[in-house]
Formats: sequence, structure tokens, C-alpha cells
Amino acid sequence: MFNKTLCELASALQNKELSSVELTQYFLGRIAKLNPTYNAFITIDETQALTQAKNADQRRAKNQATPLTGLPIAHKDIFCVQGMKTSCGSKMLHNFISPYDATVVKKLNDQGMVTLGKTNMDEFAMGSSNETSFYGPVANPWDTDCVPGGSSGGSAAAVAARLAPSASGTDTGGSIRQPAALCGITGLKPTYGRVSRYGMIAFASSLDQGGPMTQTAEDAALLLQGMAGFDPLDSTSIDCPVPDYMANLNVSLKGKKIGLPREYFAQGLDHDVELKIQAAIDVLRQLGAEIIDISLPNTALSVPVYYIVAPAECSSNLSRYDGVRYGYRAPEPIDLEDLYKRSRSEGFGAEVKRRIMLGTYVLSKGYYDAYYIKAQQVRNLISQDFQHAFTQVDCILSPTTPTPAFKTGAKLNDPVSMYWSDIYTIAANLAGLPAMSIPAGFAQKLPIGLQLIGQHFQEAQLLNVAHRFQQATAWHQYLPNQISE
Amino acid sequence: MQWEPVIGLEVHVQLKTKSKIFSGAPTAYGASPNTQACAIDLAMPGMLPVLNQEAVNMAIKFGLATHSEISRHSVFARKNYFYPDLPKGYQISQFEAPIVGRGHLNITLSNGETRQINITRAHLEEDAGKSLHEDFQGMSGIDLNRAGTPLLEVVSEPELRSSEEAVAYLKALHALVCYLEICDGNMQEGSFRCDANVSVRPKGQTILGTRTEMKNINSFRYVEQAIEYEIARQIDVLEQGGEIIQQTRLFDPARQETRLLREKEEANDYRYFPDPDLLPLILSEAYIQQIGANLPELPEQKKQRFIQTLGLSAYDATVLTAQRELAFYYEATLAQITPQDPKLVSNWITGEVLAYLNKNSLSITQSPVSPTRLAQLLTRIQDQTISGKIAKTVLETMFSNEQSADTIIAEQGLKQITDSNALNQVIEQVIAQNPQQFEAYQQGKTQLFGYFVGQAMKLTQGKANPKQVNALMQQRLNSPN
Repeated sequence: MFNKTLCELASALQNKELSSVELTQYFLGRIAKLNPTYNAFITIDETQALTQAKNADQRRAKNQATPLTGLPIAHKDIFCVQGMKTSCGSKMLHNFISPYDATVVKKLNDQGMVTLGKTNMDEFAMGSSNETSFYGPVANPWDTDCVPGGSSGGSAAAVAARLAPSASGTDTGGSIRQPAALCGITGLKPTYGRVSRYGMIAFASSLDQGGPMTQTAEDAALLLQGMAGFDPLDSTSIDCPVPDYMANLNVSLKGKKIGLPREYFAQGLDHDVELKIQAAIDVLRQLGAEIIDISLPNTALSVPVYYIVAPAECSSNLSRYDGVRYGYRAPEPIDLEDLYKRSRSEGFGAEVKRRIMLGTYVLSKGYYDAYYIKAQQVRNLISQDFQHAFTQVDCILSPTTPTPAFKTGAKLNDPVSMYWSDIYTIAANLAGLPAMSIPAGFAQKLPIGLQLIGQHFQEAQLLNVAHRFQQATAWHQYLPNQISE
Repeated sequence: MQWEPVIGLEVHVQLKTKSKIFSGAPTAYGASPNTQACAIDLAMPGMLPVLNQEAVNMAIKFGLATHSEISRHSVFARKNYFYPDLPKGYQISQFEAPIVGRGHLNITLSNGETRQINITRAHLEEDAGKSLHEDFQGMSGIDLNRAGTPLLEVVSEPELRSSEEAVAYLKALHALVCYLEICDGNMQEGSFRCDANVSVRPKGQTILGTRTEMKNINSFRYVEQAIEYEIARQIDVLEQGGEIIQQTRLFDPARQETRLLREKEEANDYRYFPDPDLLPLILSEAYIQQIGANLPELPEQKKQRFIQTLGLSAYDATVLTAQRELAFYYEATLAQITPQDPKLVSNWITGEVLAYLNKNSLSITQSPVSPTRLAQLLTRIQDQTISGKIAKTVLETMFSNEQSADTIIAEQGLKQITDSNALNQVIEQVIAQNPQQFEAYQQGKTQLFGYFVGQAMKLTQGKANPKQVNALMQQRLNSPN
């Protein structure tokens, strides 16, 4: 059963071949057995999951089921779930039981999905390897000595190891796509404003976006359908109709113009990865797509710009964790300053502190114009590069990451090298564009991802290209060895 | 040396919205601590601000009423600093692109002179919570009811030259926001509070002296006292060869002095940057016009109407329009008497009513005599049931009980004597009681006329109609006997 896709499980539920309770028990069983190996979950809530599953079955019996009713999902621990610990991978929120649901969680609950638990992640979504989590690193199901990527590493590993048929993730600079690529699954970061950020703990507000992490593009379409939509509780959410993402999956790629940005195939790209991406491009060409060379000239600036904008926003967003109202509070503070200093020093990990300091610095008097304002200007240039490209092509294709998964610990003490591993994913966040990663083969026995970037609100087009590709290939069907029943 | 004070004011106007500026929690004053703070106000993880459109509308009203530029594109920014009553660790405010730009406000000074004071800007922001340092045995209590309450911070140009001008400006601003119904104006509850920036410079010098800032002064009198004290202190320092240090000072009303709160060096670097959780606020021309079309009559307009249409003196019109509630009291009273006599009503309100209220430290809304009761009294003057003098006695009684003017007049027998026969009898009585004066009058000492009238009024305890007494007395004394 574990190799069934979310859509297949949906059909099985619809056809009453199995109940949601059976399905939920099955995945809870897999989690109990395999999670100790991968550490993909921070919280597992069997009681709530089974209650939700029972309700889903009753709902189906009354013919009130939606396409998502009864399907299990694992939520990244950045999404607030009422009554459940929501730690954001941090000691700071180790004791935080959320009194409310994030909009994404509420929408999916309302449609009858079953929450299996909360997945591990880099602390406050800051990291590309899931090594910054207070709850320890997550192992890549393809090679447990390797990282799963981050920050949605727990969600990616959970889907890759089939501990859950679907998961939510968030993506600020690649945090859905990069772990999806490194774990061999499908992940989609929607257009900024497509999915509500309410109740999704903020890292960098102007970049954060939640999205689906699944086995296939079709699954991603099904799940995105349930997540997307305007939310009056999020001022940056955009009031624009949600199309039927399933409707256009099978449209032919004939005449579809796909751009290859030459800057994404330059120095730093692993040779094996490049070969696999070239092979994938050939598949798309055979499917009728027209492949066009394009240029995104400011690509090299996206990492430096990101590491100004994101830390600036996070330095302010994380100020609320001060030990006063909730979260970690240092014991026996001698005065207010001591309370602040020790609560934050002890509650946050090294990477979070590094970024808070970086962000505080770039916003400081005398540096603001040189860093923050300049970065915003370059961010506009990067957006313009994409808008120019979209006058020539329908979507853009690139590798998701320059290399396959690296060994745990390999880059932990070299943050800049870690930062550069997001080189291909960051620009889509800076420009607010939808982008997804799909499995495209293996390099050094590890999965690699192919990235598709689209125009604003063109998620359906990306899903169409991805789905056609998956119809023609089997990369998304490969499973890691150790996960079989 | 002649010194010239330079004063600029920053006024925090608490907007009268039902809910907070970025959340749906209520803004009512005086609730038990932390009962009016929702997850957004508490800055719980994942919470996001949503702008209250009513606060925006109120800011636009203010901008229109002060002839200010209204930004078609304004931006909310984060002002970052740590304090326990600031839950997010930043205050959402406006920095580089405020909603209201340059405008002006006219003030009238006690000598009748009018000055135009320029407003630099007015921006929307949220209030912080309150730290309570007593009653917690070595700890502090935090009340976040006020956190997120909408404020409009109005910044004046440093154009005020005396404490009198500063107070006149504050009073005009206070009246305006009350007229606009964007603020309840309650200074004791902190709905209207002021930071004063004060410096002095040798008269004739154009460069500004170093300023000090006094924070959160919440009464007109304290503002006046704080500025007076600070001007004197600064002149004193400078005349003794000292130097003014830029600092924030606190006014202590009990000791009538300002004292150091913090030096500039301790000031925070607030790291302002545009709030990425809120989109820029875009306002269309049509939207602004629609709000402009629904503005109430403003103090200046009302004053002009009182002068031009009702024929009041500039002074009376100024007094009556200085407070929205007073103007409404006047208009409500005037509307209830026929025929309309704007001056009669004005004289009674600016005279007797205000005198009573001032003596008893009451506001016009606390007046024991409502416009309806006052109008009933004035009607009795108009229909000559009582004289103005008797009316004052009646009003005094009205202030102390709930009775109507008519009841008091009837119970105390104050009805004016207008019957000529009765009055003639009184006159005869006066003459009979004052034979010597009568004799003297007959021999030409006509200046005694007033004496006779006075005696007649005294005999009737003021109830005689003075006009009639005058006429009848004239007749009696001058007729051949």
C-alpha cells in the first residue's frame, strides 16, 4: 500500500476499498516502525489522527466527502495545529501548544484530511540540511548518512520513506524544492500570495510560501487544490480565483516553450546532475516541448540578495520570542536584560542567531541603504529578468540543486557553502514565482531534482509539464531500499 | 539677551475605532488586564496583522480637515525595539511614507490674534501595552489591552513660540479630532497625549538650539507648565554659560519640574524597514473624495457661521466652538427657543452656564442643566414671565435640582409682575415711604429716578418688570400732582 500515490489512495477511499481508519492506522504503523531511523517527525498524534480518520469515514458514509477526505498528511512543524505542539524545530517553542490552526491546516481539516503529526525541520526554517533542528538531524531515506535537505527535510523524508502519503512544506529560498529534490519526491512552491501564511510561523515574510510535498505532480495538484485560496487573515494573500489544477494535467506539451537559463548550467553544477537534467530535457523535447536558451543575467546576485533580505526580515520576525509571554524562558533571570539575553541565547540555535545578527546588522543605521535598500533594488532586477524571460518562454527549467544530497555534517561548519546550495531555488522566491521540483534520475545513487519555474499564478502549467514528464518517466516511482514492508 | 523659545509638538491621537488597528480585539478602555488582547495582539507565532480600514478612514478625515496632502501610496514600517509591553518586538508605524503629509491648523490666541501652524505629517501606528511595576513583588505585570490600539501621531512644525501658543494649538487640535469624531478626546484616559520638543535660541538667530523632549503629557495645563519650566531651565543653563544636552525629560506635575529620563546616546537604533506582512496602502482619488463628502462641520466653519449667520461676536463664537460638545449644547438650546435669539442663548451659556461649570470643574456634557431645561428658562425671559435677574436665581436652583424653570418660578412665586395696576400700587408705596426724596425730585433732582426704580424692584423682590416700572415711574413722577 505504501507505494500508492495520494491520488490512488483517494480512489481507493472513494471506491470503499479501504477506510480512512485503516489507511491512517497503516501509516501510523509505518511511522512507529521507521521514524526512529529517519527522525522525520517531531510530534506524532495517533489519537487525533484516528479521531479525524473516523470522522472522515463517517463523512464519506454520508456522501459528504471531498477529494481529500480521509487522506493522511504530515504537517511541517512550522504550521500551527490547534492543541498540538508547534515547535518550528526550535528549543524556543519546545513547550508551545498552539491555540489555533494555521489557515492551511484549517482548510485541509475542513476537507477531511487526517493529520498524522508534525515533521522535523531546520530551526525556524533556517537551513538547507535539516541539521539545525533542535530535534536532531533527519536522515535521507536514500542514504541515511546523507542529509534530506531543508528546511522541510522531515516532510521530504516522510514522503520519500512513505511514512505519509503527503506532507506540507514551506519554501523561503528553496525549502520545499531542495529537500524534494534530495529525497526524490515532488514539491511545489506556489506563487507568493497563493497560499495563506496565517498560522505559518514566519521566517522571512516577503519570501515564505507554503506548498504541497508529494510523490507525483498529480498528487501535488490534488493537495494544492485544497491549500490554495485567498485568506482575509493574511494581508499578502492574493484574491484571485483558484483554477482546477487537475483539469489541465494531461494537456499536450506540443509547442510549449521551455527556457533553459544558461546561468543555471554554469560552474558549480555537478557533472552527473547536468547529464541527468540534459536527459530529462530530451524527454520533454520528445513530448513536443520547444527548448529555448535564455539568460537570467542577475542570477549570481540572488544568493547575496537573499542573505540580506531574509535575515533582515527574520531578525524582526523573531523578536517576539523574548521569553515574556510564551516559549522558552531562561531560569531565574536577574533583570529584564538578563531575561532577554539568556532566553534568546539559550532558546535559539547557532544558525538562527547567525541570521538574526546578520539581519540586525543590515538594518542598522548607516548600513540600511547600502545593504537592505540595495538588495531590494537588485531583487527588482532579478524579477525583471524573469519577466523578460517570460516574454520568450512559458516556463523555465533548471536543476533544482547543483549536487545530490551531501553527507550529514559535511557543510555544517561552512555556512556560506551551505548557502550556495540554494543557488537555483532562491530567485523564484525573490520574484514571488511558482516553482516545483520533480525527480529526474539519480547521480551517485542519490535522487536529483528538476526544477520548473513559471509565471505568477501559472501553477497549473508547471503541474502540466511535470505530470506529462512523469507519465513518460519512472523516476518518481523509485523507492529507497530500506523502506519496504 | 533676548531668548526665543522654539516648540514643536507630537500629539498621539487615539482613534475611536471599535477594534484594534491590526486585529479584531476591542479597544474599550478600562477592562481587566489582558482581556482585550487576541493572539495577534499577543504576537503569538504565525499571527499576521490586517489593517483596520476604519483607522485609515479616520486618518483621511484628519488629513482633509487640516488641508493636508494625503498620500496615495503610504507604507507601514516596523520600528524595532525590545520591551515587555511591545509583544512583537517591533511597533508597526509609518516612517518614510506617512498617510498624511504637510497641512496646517489655525489657532486663536488670547489677544484675538490668529496664527497658522503647519503640520509636518500625521501617521498611523499601533499603541504598545502597559507595564505595571507595582503590586507584583519584585516583578512587573504586563497588560496588553492597549497593545494594538490605533493612534494617529500628529507632528507639528517647530513653529510655536510660547507655551500659550502650544496650548492654543493643542486645544485647536483637540477640538478638531473631537469634531471629526475620530477621537473621544479623553485626556485622562490617554486618548490625546502630547510629546513636547523645546529649545531656545537668541532672538534673531535662525539656527535651532539643541532641543529636549518631554514625553506623554496628558493635560493642557501640564503642557503649559512643562514648557514654561523647560524654557526657563534652558535659558538659565545657557545664561550661566552651560550647554543644552539633547535628552528626553519627564514632566513631574507634583513637583512642577522636568527631570532627565534618558540621554540621546541611550536612544535605540530602531532599524525601521517596510513591514513585509502589510502591503503598501494605496488610496484612490475617488475614495478620498467620498470621505471628504461626508465630513462634519468643522470648528472653523462653525465659528464663521456663528458670526455671519447668527450674528455672534467673534469672541463668543470662538468660545462656543472651542469644544464640539459646547457648540452642540449651544445649538441644541437655540433650536428649542422661539423666536430664535442667538445672542440671548450665547450670553447665558458663555456667562452663567460656563461660570458654574468652571467653578465646579465640570465639562459641558456633565452640565446639570440640559439644553432643553435651559431653553425652557430662556423662553420665560423671552415671554417676560421673569426678568433676566430673576432668571439667574432660577438657574442657580436648576443647577442643584431636577426641577424645570416653570416649577421653580411657580413654587417660589417668581413670576414677573406685569400688571400695571399692581405696579402702580407699588410705585405709590415707594413714594409714600420716601417723601423727602419725592420732594427733592419734584424740585428738580431728577437723578433720583434710578433710586425710585430701585426701591420698586426691591419692594417686589426683583419680580417687577423693570421696563414697565421704568415707564410707569416716569409717568408718575413727572405728572403734575
